[in-house]
Amino acid sequence: MTDSPYAVKQTLITGVIGSDAHIVGNRILSMALEDAGYHVVELGALTPAEDFIKAAIETAADGIMVSSLYGQGELDCRGFRDLCVEAGLQDILLYIGGNLVVGKQDWEIVERRYLEMGFDRAFPPGTRTDQVTEILDRDFEARAGGSG
Amino acid sequence: MSDPAALLIDFGSTYTKLRAIDLENRLLLGSAQGPSTVSTDITLGMEVALGNLEDQLGRLPDFKYRLASSSAAGGLKMVTVGLVKELTAEAARLAALGAGARLVETFTYMLSKRDIRNLVAHEPDIILLAGGTDGGNSEVILHNAEMLAAANFVCPVIVAGNRSAADDVEDILRDSGSEVWVVDNVMPALGTLEIEPARAAIREIFIERIVHSKGLDRATGFFDSLLMPTPAAVLEAARLLSEGTREHPGMGPLLIVDIGGATTDVHSVASGDPGEGYVLQQSLPEPYLKRTVEGDLGMRHNAAAIIKAAGRDTIAANAGTTPAGVDRFLQLITDDLERLPQDNPERRFDAALARSAIQVAVTRHAGTMKIVHTVNGPVATQQGKDLSRLVTVIGTGGALVYGYDPSSILSGCRFNEDEPGSLRPRDPSLLIDSSYLLYATGLLAQVEPEAAFDFTLLSLEPANAIEETGK
Repeated sequence: MTDSPYAVKQTLITGVIGSDAHIVGNRILSMALEDAGYHVVELGALTPAEDFIKAAIETAADGIMVSSLYGQGELDCRGFRDLCVEAGLQDILLYIGGNLVVGKQDWEIVERRYLEMGFDRAFPPGTRTDQVTEILDRDFEARAGGSG
Repeated sequence: MSDPAALLIDFGSTYTKLRAIDLENRLLLGSAQGPSTVSTDITLGMEVALGNLEDQLGRLPDFKYRLASSSAAGGLKMVTVGLVKELTAEAARLAALGAGARLVETFTYMLSKRDIRNLVAHEPDIILLAGGTDGGNSEVILHNAEMLAAANFVCPVIVAGNRSAADDVEDILRDSGSEVWVVDNVMPALGTLEIEPARAAIREIFIERIVHSKGLDRATGFFDSLLMPTPAAVLEAARLLSEGTREHPGMGPLLIVDIGGATTDVHSVASGDPGEGYVLQQSLPEPYLKRTVEGDLGMRHNAAAIIKAAGRDTIAANAGTTPAGVDRFLQLITDDLERLPQDNPERRFDAALARSAIQVAVTRHAGTMKIVHTVNGPVATQQGKDLSRLVTVIGTGGALVYGYDPSSILSGCRFNEDEPGSLRPRDPSLLIDSSYLLYATGLLAQVEPEAAFDFTLLSLEPANAIEETGK
């Protein structure tokens, strides 16, 4: 793409999925992504899964960053990748992070569950924003290399 | 020498209507009408109407202004094309409605051959092509431009989509012979609505092209300028009343309900921002000047749809009849779409229809409030405009002006405990535009806002006063 008016990297959608009002972490992540040069479209708290997809279509987003802090993420994210495929976004990068399950569960199991749901990466509580941006840069680089 | 006067003309689909106003004394000098003759020669109906006015006044004054609006020849027929239904397609839809267009269909995503066949069959006067935020999706709007170009259907196209794709879209359409206007994106960024440039372009094309292509310019000897489609004139009147003028403070946020034979129009001038307390606005921001048209709610062409939407029992209760009685009255209307109520039971039936039409139309226009239960407790969320604190509602249209108990009909717009989530006005004053002057006010506001404002205030009547005089 050479026609982007933004002298920045890829476009990312951020938001907190479901009936979840915990906006602070998502806001901090959005700011960090902008600082790292990404074009960020923030959907904020209480965002239904469908709204992530609609926003990604209009903005031709390259990735969706879903936050979930209240333990219901599994229910809210069920079929998220399928929704993307249905909408023609089969190649979009999907990340999720936060308190993704209720109670204390082994992270490796939780992560595997979300990867099986179609997310490209899942991040546990306490992840720093620079870790996310680093991995994101690498993932986009790998994709560019892979397709070119 | 007589006081300066203005002639305001509405070339309607059924009648050519005239209002003559004394600008100095803010008086309605006379109202007249003739048939709508746009399909033969528009000047014929105008001659009849002017003759009618002259009979009333003795002699026609020298009009300082002669301004016209039009909804003749099918109105300003438009189709809009966007990408996602709730996003750019919705923004394009709001722009077309706000410009006073008769929107016949809204298309979304990639246009198919079938869509193109439907679009061409509508014979739109203008196509508004949107899609993609700036720097966002350009694939779909480019595809849609190619599809329109391949259709060999020449019609003015306004391009108001992704800025990054606008040049290419323009080239594609221009090569196919269409006239193209490129304006700012109706949704430059996600959640940002900028429909004014598209609205201005629609109006410009209306004045420059549509007036000619519909044969309205044959009557140019009778008017100085034909400014806008009639619904846009009503919206301009709403804006004037709400915002006021240099000398007069406005009435603040307000709602105008216009109930007709085929549709019910609702215009609001209000930000509709959430009220007190912590309320999360969830939907797109809405235009401050918003017009919606309910194509399925009309007193004659769509009476059955009103009954279906409101429920047969509700209509029966409000009309003081039985459900079987409702069916009987409906049959009378279906058999004769021009029918006017013949007796009191029919008047009450019409009033019940009108009340329900207004209730449904305003419910669709207004926003909703929903409580979402989160782990931190309940959170109030709002979709659309909060009109609950709005204090003025103005009604117009035959059912209100000539109907039985206009106050009760118009109060269909009020908040109702049965639908606690609907953000309709809680305690508005109800006014009636009993001489059908709002279009005239909207036109006059373009040249003499002070006179237009005074004149409208004088002509709006409280709905309950009309009831008392038994008009």
